[in-house]
Amino acid sequence: MNVVAPFEGIGASLRRKEDFRFLRGRGAYTDDFNRQGQLHAWILRSPHAHARLTSVDTAAAAAMPGVVAVFTGADMAKDNIGGLPCGWQIHNKDGSPMAEPPHPVLAQGKVRHVGDPVAVAIAATREQARDAAEAIAVTYDVLPAAVNMLEAVKPGAPAVHDDVAGNLCYDWHIGDKAVLDAAFAQAAKIVSLDMVNNRLIPNAMEPRAALGEFDPNSGEYTLHTTSQNPHVIRLLMGANVLHIPESKLRVVAPDVGGGFGSKIYHYAEEAIVTWSAGKLGRPVKWTADRSESFMSDAHGRDHISNAQLALDANGKILGLKVHTHANMGAYLSTFAPCVPTYLYATLLAGTYTTPVIYCEVKAVFTNTVPVDAYRGAGRPEATFLLERLMDVAAAETGIDRVELRRRNFIPNDAFPYQTPVALQYDSGNYTATLDQALAAADWAGFESRRAEAARRGKLRGIGCSTYLEACGIAPSAVVGSLGARAGLYEVGTIRVHPTGSVTVLTGAHSHGQGHETTFAQLVADKLGVPTAQVDIVHGDTAKVPFGMGTYGSRSLAVGGSAMMKAMDKIIAKGKRIAAHLMEADVDDIEFDRGTFRVAGTDKTKALVDISVAAYVPHNYPIEELEPGLEETAFYDPKNFTYPGGCHIAEVEICPDTGKVSMVNFTAVDDVGRVINPMIVEGQVQGGIAQGIGQALLETCVYDADGQLLSGSMMDYTMPRADDLAPVSVATHTTLCTHNPLGVKGCGEVGAIGSPPAVINAVVDALRDYGVRSLDMPATPAKMWQIINGGRRAAAE
Amino acid sequence: MPQVTLTVNGQTHTAEVEGRTLLVELLREKLRLTGTHVGCDTSQCGACVVHINGESVKSCTTLAVMANGAQVTTIEGLAAADGTLHAMQEAFREYHALQCGFCTPGMVMSAIDLVNKHPDGITEQQIREGLEGNLCRCTGYHNIVRAIAAAADVMHGKRTEIASAAQ
Amino acid sequence: MYDFAYHKPGSVADAVKLLADPDAKAISGGHTLLPALKHRLNKPSALVDLSGIAELRGIKRVGNAIVIGALTRHVEVATSAEVAAAIPALAYMASHIGDVQVRNRGTIGGSVSNNDPAADYPAAVLGLGATVHTSSRKIAADDFFQGMFTTALEPGEILTAIEFPIVDKAGYAKMKNPASRYVMAGVFVSKAGGAVRVAVNGAGPCVFRQAAMEAALAANWSPDAVANIRQSPDNLNADIHGSAEYRAHLVGVMARRAVAAAG
Repeated sequence: MNVVAPFEGIGASLRRKEDFRFLRGRGAYTDDFNRQGQLHAWILRSPHAHARLTSVDTAAAAAMPGVVAVFTGADMAKDNIGGLPCGWQIHNKDGSPMAEPPHPVLAQGKVRHVGDPVAVAIAATREQARDAAEAIAVTYDVLPAAVNMLEAVKPGAPAVHDDVAGNLCYDWHIGDKAVLDAAFAQAAKIVSLDMVNNRLIPNAMEPRAALGEFDPNSGEYTLHTTSQNPHVIRLLMGANVLHIPESKLRVVAPDVGGGFGSKIYHYAEEAIVTWSAGKLGRPVKWTADRSESFMSDAHGRDHISNAQLALDANGKILGLKVHTHANMGAYLSTFAPCVPTYLYATLLAGTYTTPVIYCEVKAVFTNTVPVDAYRGAGRPEATFLLERLMDVAAAETGIDRVELRRRNFIPNDAFPYQTPVALQYDSGNYTATLDQALAAADWAGFESRRAEAARRGKLRGIGCSTYLEACGIAPSAVVGSLGARAGLYEVGTIRVHPTGSVTVLTGAHSHGQGHETTFAQLVADKLGVPTAQVDIVHGDTAKVPFGMGTYGSRSLAVGGSAMMKAMDKIIAKGKRIAAHLMEADVDDIEFDRGTFRVAGTDKTKALVDISVAAYVPHNYPIEELEPGLEETAFYDPKNFTYPGGCHIAEVEICPDTGKVSMVNFTAVDDVGRVINPMIVEGQVQGGIAQGIGQALLETCVYDADGQLLSGSMMDYTMPRADDLAPVSVATHTTLCTHNPLGVKGCGEVGAIGSPPAVINAVVDALRDYGVRSLDMPATPAKMWQIINGGRRAAAE
Repeated sequence: MPQVTLTVNGQTHTAEVEGRTLLVELLREKLRLTGTHVGCDTSQCGACVVHINGESVKSCTTLAVMANGAQVTTIEGLAAADGTLHAMQEAFREYHALQCGFCTPGMVMSAIDLVNKHPDGITEQQIREGLEGNLCRCTGYHNIVRAIAAAADVMHGKRTEIASAAQ
Repeated sequence: MYDFAYHKPGSVADAVKLLADPDAKAISGGHTLLPALKHRLNKPSALVDLSGIAELRGIKRVGNAIVIGALTRHVEVATSAEVAAAIPALAYMASHIGDVQVRNRGTIGGSVSNNDPAADYPAAVLGLGATVHTSSRKIAADDFFQGMFTTALEPGEILTAIEFPIVDKAGYAKMKNPASRYVMAGVFVSKAGGAVRVAVNGAGPCVFRQAAMEAALAANWSPDAVANIRQSPDNLNADIHGSAEYRAHLVGVMARRAVAAAG
């Protein structure tokens, strides 16, 4: 009989099942796979931001030691290989579709960013392939580059794509401008702020890799790849690029070393190794060097915005107007167009009762690496804009910054709350998360800490953000109407084996989130099977039904809900089997954590009794019930989920060096029901580190010619342990009202709420220097410039 | 081709390598010890850290030939023969100091050397500064720092088992 | 990396012979050379591994100096009781080079002969007025560092040891580049009788002495003495992490901190 210790179910900080293999070095990441006869690919990439390819001569390279093949865009064209598809179509203000130029796998005629793949050399060893790639003779006719997106939209700017006028991908808007203008006309105060949301480079610790194989006997291709969503890759690559039917294409995303969005997309290298493996009849592996990752993984953020907030005399927000330029880079990455639109502008109400919002977004092509979703995706950009604006509004109205937020919070009794930008929030308690965070951070006692720091010669500041996010993406019909070319349901299969152990097949993919533990806890909680007897299978299209993968904090809210529905089916079938075995009416059968009971009696059957009967159906209602105990459910969410909360940052600035030190960080998040508190805290901790990274350390820098100056970890500042301080994380729960678990999602909140809290704290620390606008990251050099400039101004 | 003989996790291996073969390539590709990872190409991320003669070393910045005659320990060689985890491994699990697991082998190997280098005890600040050569993108380091402190207590004999992480 | 021949000589004389090939390069810890080779920035015909040359190892006190063999690793200098007693600022400096793993492998000889403008050791060598011993001669620090990645070493000449005079006071302070953690601006100061030396690393293309600060400190050894001495930004480095003006400012800050640390 299965006996579940209660601490394994929902709410237990169960230590992770997956850790045993990771801690022993037995994880199996894509680059860890090696096949008999395997070849290695090295991609020759453009050193120029923008150039016409005059010639590509591979003869010398092909003759080098160990080289098996050298392929170019021309070879791909001969095989009728398609371009990399975009999964979301945005429409312009006038209703016309966005510009969607081709995105060739290997360059055709032109290269459009430093790192754009030009050719591939395939050899017995990686170094031989690299030697050969260097020997490919390419002549480039270098063109002027469009790098800065505000310059790129001006007349006369270099055209990234010959047939995209003004480098404009789309000119989109949301909201009613006339209503907004009327609201602004009534304002007692209008606060305007220009902001840059800095471009980031994701840098999951595992560089991307891909291993393509072809079995000539079955005609089946297999791709092992570093992906957050193997089915999506199979669909996009099979249907759009290589024209291989799904039945002949298996995509496996084994252990994946972090994603943060950057491993959602279908990348050129996946198609290159799969296609090459077919052509050569040998497995082909490609693994990125880190420096290669910098110029080939999709970047994140990169907005330039002006925002205007209209307030009445009491500080109530009357309206919000936002103009944003969003950088798409040189091509449309898989989900790029939705990030600065439906994942951004729809968030601009935040936690506030803003009655009218108008936002227009111009998406711009530039000669830079494509930009797509990165942890939070659109929502950090919206939150930064809003929460910076709130602090500036507080300063300029003289209303305390916490009080200004309170006055504008959506009240607890207003849910479900319809915002003016499409979303309907189901639940939340913004006052509670604010109050809890203020107490935990000792906000009230801050001034004495500031004074104490001043005695040590440091500038200390505190800042908060009261943020909201929309995640758990997403209702398929809703996103479809907004331009998504995919459904966003999730699938879960519960396979109860004859002896009672359980295998769960899920379309969600774990690349650090701990699904093997959290999902097992759901099964333990609901079916009463110990987590040790529950195995989670994910990441293999040959094993798992078509699922959509993991991003947008959706795994539990959508994938977990699918599992819950599948378990409901298991229980319903189990009750019928139990009713038969115990000769009772099915309506009289109760189920609780592994035990079927005839209500009001001591007659029981354990789940294992039912599973044995189901697979050995000797005594079984075979006329009315199929044997077996395996159920699949597809769950399509009814709404987004809406985590929110309050983040408070406390910083100290050394006026001599300009270095900003994190001294305290407090987060109180409402992520809905918490399944594993330890894992939730870990997710929030990690998100906050990335948010602090954006605020203080990280930025992608191109020079005027489109060369990537922050092109390696020597120049791109990754957060290290000594850049960060201990972070206090707590939760305050209101349940999601529309999914069976009441969960909201926790993967992105850290990266969404924290950047404005940090920058608000930095601005507060610099209050004697008259800082109003401050772009991220707040580097030592930038801080020194402000402080030094302030000192000079004071001296004059 | 140069030949290199080295002892890895107690087992002696002899392999032919190129001069340019890195130690991490020898470990991963010839010895199939894929627990040691490569996360960068500028010697900064520390995913490749192994011990050479008991000290932490970035195996991506060491030629295989330079490890000739050395005693190398990788993440695969840490646990006892009966499977008992090293205190540092146990602490990482107890404190949820890993998420995707990619930086973890190097992080654990570095952490052990770091604790060994502070026989009189180690402060939180020393741990944070001592991790300068290891990057983690998932955890925000908070739980890694706690895990190392907990493991240090066991490695220094102050406790017999890893203190429970409060949850 | 491009492939190369690998040699591991057992003596300085054999190493010198192997390094007569102008395309051969010496390697010890490899922590500067290998990253460059991995990026294919360099194509040596051969690497001459010095690590088998026992005579290049060790730390010893000779008269009023500490002599450190070229193959001595940073961790050994950082934890040497001899160094800590004689020149604590040198041990401090060594304990803050790179990260733990760099210190476990990197050597003083490799660092000094490479003369990376953002390395730590050149500041200590110049700031202490050390003498560089090579396979053929002794070179004063003031004559050794000649420019970015350029030293007085002739082709085939091997740095064998560095002789640091024991001074009355010394101190080191640096600001690290936030990304690479190499030195963005560092200052090593020392005082031996009336002789004061101030060496600046990280900020410029090559370590250099700051004469105005030396004069001020000779007159008044205190952090305040350098407070009002302005480092010119002319010819200092500028990049995405900071302007030349910022680095010039940091030189002043680090000088004050270094003097304060020296006591």
